[in-house]
Amino acid sequence: MPKREDIHKILVIGSGPIVIGQAAEFDYAGSQACQSLREEGYEVILINSNPATIMTDTTIADRVYIEPITLDFAKRVIYKERPDAILGSLGGQTGLNLVVDLHEDGILDEFGVEILGTDLQAINRAEDRELFRALMQEIEEPVPESTIVHTVEEAVQFCQKLGYPVVVRPAYTLGGTGGGFADNEKELREICEAGLKISPVHQCLIEQSIAGYKEIEYEVMRDANNNAIVVCNMENVDPVGIHTGDSIVVAPVQTLTDHENQMLRSASLKIIRALKICGGCNVQLALDPKSFKYYVIEVNPRVSRSSALASKATGYPIAKISAKLAVGLTLDEILNPITKTSYACFEPAIDYVVSKFARFPFDKFPNADRHLGTQMKATGEVMSIGRTMEESLLKAVRSLEMKVDHLEKKEMLDLSDEELLEEIKKSDDTRIFAIAQWLRNGNSAETIHEITKMDPFFLAHIQRIIDLEQQLKENQNDIALLKEAKTYGFSDSYIARIWNTTPKAIYDLRKQNHIIPVYKMVDTCAGEFKSATPYFYSTYEEENESIPSDKKKIVVLGSGPIRIGQGVEFDYATVHCVETLRNEGYEAIIINNNPETVSTDFSISDKLYFEPLTTEDVMHVIELEKPLGVIVQFGGQTAINLADSLVEHGVKILGTSLEDIDRAEDRHEFEEMLHKLDIPQPKGETATTVEEALVIANKIGYPVLVRPSYVLGGRAMEIVHNDDDLKVYMATAVQEISHDAPILVDKYIVGKELEIDAIADGENVYIPGVMEHIERAGVHSGDSISVYPTQTISQKAKDTIIDYGERIGRGFHFIGLYNIQFIVDKDDKVYVLEVNPRSSRTVPFLSKITGVPMASIATKAIMGETLIDQGITPGYLPDDPNRVFVKAPVFSFAKLRGVDTVLGPEMKSTGEALGSDISLEKALYKALVASGIQVPTHGNVLLTIADEDKEDALSLAKRFASIGYGLYATKGTAQFLRDHGLFVHEVDKIEEGSDNSVVDIIREGKVNFVINTMSQKNKNSRADGFLIRRVSAENSISCMTSLDTAAILLKVLESLSFSMVSMNEMGK
Amino acid sequence: MKERLLILEDGSVYKGKAFGSDNFQIGELVFNTSMTGYQEILTDNSYCGQIVMMTYPLIGNYGINRDDYESIVPAVFGFVVKDYCDAPSNWRAQETLNDFLVRENIPGIYGIDTRAITRKLRDQGVMKATMADPDANIEEIVKQLKETDYLHDQVKRVASDKIFPIPNRGKKVVLMDFGAKLGIVRELSKRGCDLIVVPWNTPAEKILSYHADGVMLTNGPGNPEDLPETIETIRQLIPHTVVFGICLGHQLISLACGAKTYKLKFGHRGGNHPVIDLATGKVQITSQNHGYAVDIDSLENTPLELSHQALNDKSCEGVRHTQYPCFSVQFHPEASAGPEDARDLFDEFINMMDKEGHHA
Repeated sequence: MPKREDIHKILVIGSGPIVIGQAAEFDYAGSQACQSLREEGYEVILINSNPATIMTDTTIADRVYIEPITLDFAKRVIYKERPDAILGSLGGQTGLNLVVDLHEDGILDEFGVEILGTDLQAINRAEDRELFRALMQEIEEPVPESTIVHTVEEAVQFCQKLGYPVVVRPAYTLGGTGGGFADNEKELREICEAGLKISPVHQCLIEQSIAGYKEIEYEVMRDANNNAIVVCNMENVDPVGIHTGDSIVVAPVQTLTDHENQMLRSASLKIIRALKICGGCNVQLALDPKSFKYYVIEVNPRVSRSSALASKATGYPIAKISAKLAVGLTLDEILNPITKTSYACFEPAIDYVVSKFARFPFDKFPNADRHLGTQMKATGEVMSIGRTMEESLLKAVRSLEMKVDHLEKKEMLDLSDEELLEEIKKSDDTRIFAIAQWLRNGNSAETIHEITKMDPFFLAHIQRIIDLEQQLKENQNDIALLKEAKTYGFSDSYIARIWNTTPKAIYDLRKQNHIIPVYKMVDTCAGEFKSATPYFYSTYEEENESIPSDKKKIVVLGSGPIRIGQGVEFDYATVHCVETLRNEGYEAIIINNNPETVSTDFSISDKLYFEPLTTEDVMHVIELEKPLGVIVQFGGQTAINLADSLVEHGVKILGTSLEDIDRAEDRHEFEEMLHKLDIPQPKGETATTVEEALVIANKIGYPVLVRPSYVLGGRAMEIVHNDDDLKVYMATAVQEISHDAPILVDKYIVGKELEIDAIADGENVYIPGVMEHIERAGVHSGDSISVYPTQTISQKAKDTIIDYGERIGRGFHFIGLYNIQFIVDKDDKVYVLEVNPRSSRTVPFLSKITGVPMASIATKAIMGETLIDQGITPGYLPDDPNRVFVKAPVFSFAKLRGVDTVLGPEMKSTGEALGSDISLEKALYKALVASGIQVPTHGNVLLTIADEDKEDALSLAKRFASIGYGLYATKGTAQFLRDHGLFVHEVDKIEEGSDNSVVDIIREGKVNFVINTMSQKNKNSRADGFLIRRVSAENSISCMTSLDTAAILLKVLESLSFSMVSMNEMGK
Repeated sequence: MKERLLILEDGSVYKGKAFGSDNFQIGELVFNTSMTGYQEILTDNSYCGQIVMMTYPLIGNYGINRDDYESIVPAVFGFVVKDYCDAPSNWRAQETLNDFLVRENIPGIYGIDTRAITRKLRDQGVMKATMADPDANIEEIVKQLKETDYLHDQVKRVASDKIFPIPNRGKKVVLMDFGAKLGIVRELSKRGCDLIVVPWNTPAEKILSYHADGVMLTNGPGNPEDLPETIETIRQLIPHTVVFGICLGHQLISLACGAKTYKLKFGHRGGNHPVIDLATGKVQITSQNHGYAVDIDSLENTPLELSHQALNDKSCEGVRHTQYPCFSVQFHPEASAGPEDARDLFDEFINMMDKEGHHA
C-alpha cells in the first residue's frame, strides 16, 4: 500500500527526561522516526521535554516544542498546530500514556487528529492486564495463572488458592517499577501495597511465578497489510526473574532447537497480528527448560529498549521502518536500508554473537540494594559483537568501564567457596564475576545451575574461558595459545597480567606474530548479499572487510554506556562533532559500544566501529584506519581517560592537547596556572594520607569539600564538617574509588554556583551563555536547577565570570569545548571551582537555548578553523532578554531502593527536563512539571527541618501558609513554627509507633511536598530523615532537601496563587 | 586437537580443526544462513553431494535429539562451522553433534573464517570443495576438484527404492520420494493423509493405479534435468490427479510443463526468505534450500502461471497450472528447519483434493 496522502502534518511524542527504564534508546528511536517521516514528505511537529537529545534539535522536525509531555501542554501544541495525526508509539511508555490521555480528553476527536501506528484498542489490549489475558485466551496463547487485584486483601486471598511464589506487577508502570517476587504472605503484602500505590490505576497483577524459565524475546514488526516478521530473537542469560533490562542478553537465541524457536516465533507473530499492531513490538516469553511448555510474559506494543538493542544487533532499523509503517507503507515496499538491494520484509540473519550487559549505578550508590529482580535498575548498557560466545562476553565485560578487563574481579580473588556461593545466591550485578571465580577455583558448574537456573550452555562457555586461562598460565609465551586466547576475546591486559608482563609487550608480541584483528560487517544477511553498510566489529579471523579509504579521516571516541554523570548529553555532542566533520569533508569514524544511542546508528558516521573503548581496541582501529588524529573531547571522561595511553602509542589527539588536558585535571598544575592567570579558587590542597588530609582541613578550616581527583560526576565527593567525619570519609569512600590518585581537600564556600560552556580556538574564546544554579554550592551541578539567563547575580560578578572564562580558555590553550564551574560568595567575589577540558553535560542545553551549535563550532575549531574564520565574534553572546530557560534534574529514586535521595556533591539525577517561557516563574513551572513534579495551587507541605536551618525555613513556612497551604511538621519543627504564630498539624516521629507518624502522612498522600533538611552537625538524626526521603520517593511525593529548591518552588506556587491579605493587615 | 583442511576448487585452503569422521568426499560447498536447525539441515537429503557450511558461527549448542531428523540416513558430504559447541544443552539432547557426525560418517571442520568463505561463494558462485588432512597434497587435490564432475545420481542415492504405505484414514496421497524431508510426511500425516510412498522412477500408470486423491512431489537433491524419466511421468500424471510439488518437485512440474530451469549462482539456503504470494499480495517468510530455479521467462507459452515470487531476487518461487489442479512451490512449507508461515499450503492441497474428488 502506498503511503497516506490524506494526512500532512504529524505530531510526534518524545519520551521526555531520561529515567531508569526509559533512556537514550528513545532518542535514537525518536530521531529516526522523525527523519523517516520527513523523508516521506510529512510535516513533523515534535513535543519532547528533554533538551539533552538529538531528537529535540531543530533539524530533526519542522517544529520542535521542548515542553512538558503532559495533557495540558500537549493540548496547547495541538491548538496551535492542528496536526492531522499523532504518533506516540515511538516515545516509550510516556508517549503511549499521553496518547491515551489525549484520547480520553476528547481533543483528538474534537480536532480530528488520527492516532497513527498502533491504535488505542491495541495499546489497551497489550497494556491492560485483564484485556491482554482475555485476548491471549481467545487466541489460545498460554499466560501464567494470574489475577488482577485492587487491594492487598484480594491478593492474599488469591495466593491462598494459587500458592507461592508469585510475582506482583503493577499496571501501567515504566520498566516494571514497583513489582517483585513474593515467597510468602508477608512479602506479598509489602510488595503489593507499594505496587498499588505506584500504579497510576492502582491495579496490580498477581501472577504464578515462572522464575527459572528461559526468558526469550522476539522483536516483531507488522504492517497494515498483516505482513509480520521477526527482526531478532534474544535469549536472556539470566532466566526469568531478573528484568530483561538488567539481564545479560545474547542474540540470537542459543539454546533453543529450531522446533522451539519456531514455536515461539509463531506465537509472537500470532500475538502481534491479534493485537493488530502496526509497527514494532516486543514479545517476551518464558520457556520451560525441560519441556515445550511456554508462557507469554509481556508484550510492549511500541518500540522499546529491546528494539533499539535488536536494531543495533542486526542492523535492521526498527524505529525508522515503524514510522513508515505508521503512515501506511508496507514492509514489502520499503527497501532494506542496509543492503539497499533487499526489502524490509525479511528476517535478518546474523553471523556473530551479540551480548548485552547492563550498566548499573551502584558504583555511585554504594548503599543501594543491588539485588536484581523484576524492577529494572540499570541506567545504561553496552553491547558487543564477536564470532565466538566467549569473545562476545569478554568484549562486553571490558566495555562496561567497571575497572575490569576480564571475567575476573579483584575483590573476589580471595573469597572462599562459601563466600562465593553467597555472592552467587545474591543475584546482583556482579553475579557473573562470582560465577567465573567459582569455576576458576575448580568447582562445578552444576551447583551454579542449581542455584541460578542459568542454562548450562552459558556456564560451559564461561568454563571454556577458565580452562583457557589455565592453559595460558601453564604455557607462558605460547604463540598458538595467544592466538586462541585472542579468538576467544581475551584482552592484552589480562594476558599480560598472567604472563607477568605489560599489555604493550603482549601487543608487540602479537604484532610480530601477525595476530591482529580483522573487521567484519554487520549486514543483516550473514554475508548473503552485497552490502555497503559502514558498520563493523573486530574479531580474530582471516578476512578483513573494512577497507580504509584514502580520504582524510578522523576518529571520534564515543562515551560508552550511559551512567549517572555521563548521560546522553555526551552522545549528543559526539553526533554533532561527526556531522560537522562530514560536512567539512573529512571521513568521520566513530568507536562506541552503546546500543541505545544515536551515535551508534550506522547512518550517522562514515564508519562505525562497535567496540569496547579500551586502549587496545581503539588502537586496533587506529592502526587500520590511520586517521589524522583522534578527537576525545566529546566522549566524556571515557574518551578523555584514553588520551594518555593513546598518545603513548603515538596517536595524535586533536583539539586541546594532552598536556593541556592534564593541566586542567592535575590539581597542582591547575593551581599554578590559575595563580599565573590571577584567578582565585577556594583554598585547598591535595592529600595522599589521612594524616595529611586532617592537617590541611584544619589549616583551611571546616567545612571542607573532599573528593578524589580524576572522578566523574562528583563521585565520592562530600562536604565534611569535622575531623571524625573526615577520618570516616578517608577510610571508606576513598579506598574503593582510587588507589593512586590523591584526595582533594578544598574550602567549602557558601554561595551561588554558576557555570559556563565555552569554545576556544587557541587564540580567541566564545562564551554563548552563563547558567545560574538555583541550589547553593554543595549540590552537584548536575542535580541543580539551572537557569539562563542569570537572574540574581550582579553584572560585575557576571563580567568577572566572563573575563575568567576567557582568560582560562587562552591560558590553558584550549582548542575546542571546555566547561567551568564558578562560585560567587556573599561579597560578590568569584572563585573557579573546576575546569573540564571537554564537552560537558550542559552543552546540549546551552546550545539549544542560545541557538549556538557549540559542538559543531568546537569541531571546526579543532580542525583548525578559527572562530573568526567561522564568522563568529569572540567574547560573550548577549543574553536572550525575551525568554527564560530552566533545566530541572530528574531522578530515578523510586527504582533504586536504599539510595538516599538527599542532594549533595555527588550527582544522583539520571536525566533533565527543560522549561522555557517569558518569565522565570512560568519557565520554572514548566521545568518542574516536565520533571514529574506536580504543582497544585492548593495543598499541604510537610516540614522536617534541621535546627541550623529553622530560621531560613520559617520564612518559607510563612509563605506557604499565606498562599493557603497546610503545614505539617514533626515535633521540634512544629513547636518552632507554632512559636512564630503559624498553625501546624503536628505529626509523630517514626519511633513513636503511632499511625500518625511522619511516614504515614506521606504514604497516605496527605502532603504534596516534603521539605527535609539534614543536620550537618548531628548525623545521628539522619536515620529518620533517610526514611522520610525514601518513603517520599517510593510514594512519588516530591521531597526537597535543599531550602533553595523549596524557595523556588514557592515562587512558582505564589505566581499561580493569589495572596490573601486582609485590609486590616495592610493597615488601610 | 586434530587439524583439518578445507580445500576449494579455486585453490584456496582454510585450516581448521577436525570433528566428525574423516570420510572426505568431493562435494559442492554451499552455505545456509539459518541460525537454528542444524540437525534438520544435516539430515535433509536435498543436501546429498554437498558440503554444508553454516553462516551462524555457534553450532552444536543444543546437541542432537531423536525427534528432529528430516531423514533416517543423512546424505550430506561434509559440515563446516566457525565454532563447534561440544557441551550441548537442551532437554531433548541425546548426543553431541560430533558423536552424530562420527556415527553417520560425515566429516566436519570448525574454527575457520566461514564468513570469508560465504562471501567468496556469494561473489564467485558455489564451487566444489573437499576436506583433507593437514599433510595432504593440496595441488593434487585442487586438480582433482577441478576434474571431478558434479554428481548426477543424487536422487537415486537418497530416495527409497521400495513402495511402502504410511497408513491413515484421510485422503489417499501418493508421495513420490526424491529424498523427501520427513517434515512433508509429518504435515500430510497430521492432516490425516493415507500415504503410499513410491520411488522416484515409479511409472505413471503404477501411481494412477492406486486411485489416490492426489500426488505429492517432494523435495530432493541435484539438478532436476537429471531426471528426464520422472519429468515424463509427471507430465502424464497432471491431467489425471491433484498434484502438489515442493522444491525439486516444483522444478520437475515446471519442466514437465515445458518451462526451463537454471542453476543459481549460490542458491537460496536459509530460513529468512521473503516470498510474495501474487494472488493476495501477502509476504511470507519461508524456509528455502535450492540451487536451481525455474526461469520465469520460460513460463510463457506454458500452461503454468507464476504464483509466488522471491521478494529479493525476484526469482520464481511457485507456479500454478492454469487447466489442472496442480501447483507447486520452490520453498518449504513444511518448514523444519525454518518458519512455519506457509504451512497452510498443505491445507490448500487437501482442499484441492476435496474439491476435485479425483479417483482417476
